[in-house]
Amino acid sequence: MKRTFVAAAVVMAGTFPALAEVVAPAAVTYADGAVAQSLTGQAGNADAGRTVMTTRGLGNCIACHQVTALEDFPFHGEVGPSLDGAGDRWTQEELRGIVANAKMMFDGTIMPAFYKKSGYVRPGDGYTGKAAKEEDLEPLLTAQQVEDVVAYLATLTE
Amino acid sequence: MRKMMTSVAAMTAAIALAAGAASAGQEDNLVVNEEIEIVVRTDAPAHMENVDTIYSGWTFRSDETQALQMDDFDNPGMIFVDMGREVFDAAAGSEGKSCASCHESPENLKGVKAVYPKWNDQAEEVYTIEMQINECRTDRMGAEKLKYNGGDMTNLVALLASVSRGMPVNVAIDGPAQSTWEWGKELYYSRTGQLELSCANCHEDNYDNMIRADHLSQGQINGFPAYRLKNAKLNTVHDRFKGCVRDTRAETYAPASPEFVALELYLSSRGNGLSVEGPSVRN
Ligand code: HEC
Ligand code: HEC
Repeated sequence: MKRTFVAAAVVMAGTFPALAEVVAPAAVTYADGAVAQSLTGQAGNADAGRTVMTTRGLGNCIACHQVTALEDFPFHGEVGPSLDGAGDRWTQEELRGIVANAKMMFDGTIMPAFYKKSGYVRPGDGYTGKAAKEEDLEPLLTAQQVEDVVAYLATLTE
Repeated sequence: MRKMMTSVAAMTAAIALAAGAASAGQEDNLVVNEEIEIVVRTDAPAHMENVDTIYSGWTFRSDETQALQMDDFDNPGMIFVDMGREVFDAAAGSEGKSCASCHESPENLKGVKAVYPKWNDQAEEVYTIEMQINECRTDRMGAEKLKYNGGDMTNLVALLASVSRGMPVNVAIDGPAQSTWEWGKELYYSRTGQLELSCANCHEDNYDNMIRADHLSQGQINGFPAYRLKNAKLNTVHDRFKGCVRDTRAETYAPASPEFVALELYLSSRGNGLSVEGPSVRN
């Protein structure tokens, strides 16, 4: 069991060197709300980030934010500020910090932390209303999805 | 405009909204059957710290949805009120009594819905109207309890709401009810689930804003039970709580739980001064 696991890990590390470098949610370090280091060691994919931004089961960022470039997707929210020009206002490091855990940048913000898996009050198992086991919790977005969103946000320049 | 918006884009959206809102009758007044005047906006009660004016959920709904509540013939919730009348008149249990045996007519209970949840001296706890109904059944009728969130119970609650329409919600929050009220308040402001959202995040900080396709209201409960076009049935207060808590990706409390009773008392008190409006129509 253990040997196959190690072998598989070696094979995977061989094929996808970046996988070994994923930063776990608890290991992310914030400086003034920003995260300097890529969570995957790889650049994000802006197209994939666009999908995360607009999909209900994923980031669903437009539930709260208006984004002119995403007007093909209906119903943008007004809970957060418009993200037009976010790529000018913030560095990639800051955007990474905001997406991973906006509470580090904006104290007490309503914006959910997308890359975190502990410290919740009564966490549920997705949208079932049932209790989740704390150890089974996954962050709302994967490290790669966070990087993809960051890459997309960087395209929002005016 | 009710609130300051943060960015220019939000301002533009808000202006579009306000324009839409004019046609959606956000400033309109609700008179049911051209007879029952419903207070849909008024000064917030003194115990509300962060809100000046309270609004019924009706003011946030579209023209079409609003219209359905203006006439009982159009209000699909009234069918359930009629079904509630049948339950009211049906004898049940070892004593062979119905609600009507003691209370004569539902109209005799006008005003009751406006003051529930309410402290019950004998039980030494805050009672919702459902709890009171079930106590009548077990202690006075010798009958089984009705399922707290079931059809018969909800129809009865809709009936009792309907006869109180137009009366101001006026729940007591002091005296022995105070600790329950405070617990409800704490629950209202607790950020739960993986999205870490509290009731207040959506219904106090962001009412009148859009969250995706939904126009956020103050989450008032003066209109409950509410007929929702979405699921074409009467929805209870506790079912609504459950849905909203679930949407924060949290473990919900159960209908009839002490937590939801406390939350119901607290939320009712945030609507003190609005009219009883149930059964309301919502989307
Ligand atoms: C529940 C609401 C909500 C959701 C969902 C949400 N945000 Fe936010 N976001 C906010 C709020 C509110 C702010 C303003 C910060 C504050 O609280 O002061 C904000 C701020 C931001 C900012 C900085 C705004 C600026 O340009 O000045 C960015 C960038 C951002 N969010 C990106 C995202 C992305 C990307 C997602 C999805 C992966 C997302 N948000 C999801 C509410 C939300
Ligand atoms: C993520 C946002 C969100 C949170 C958090 C939330 N709600 Fe809601 N709630 C909604 C939306 C959207 C609706 C439907 C539109 C409306 O009436 O506001 C709604 C509707 C309601 C209604 C129906 C109002 C009416 O007039 O029909 C009540 C009552 C309510 N919520 C109570 C609560 C309570 C209590 C909590 C906390 C336990 C809560 N909500 C948390 C989004 C939320």
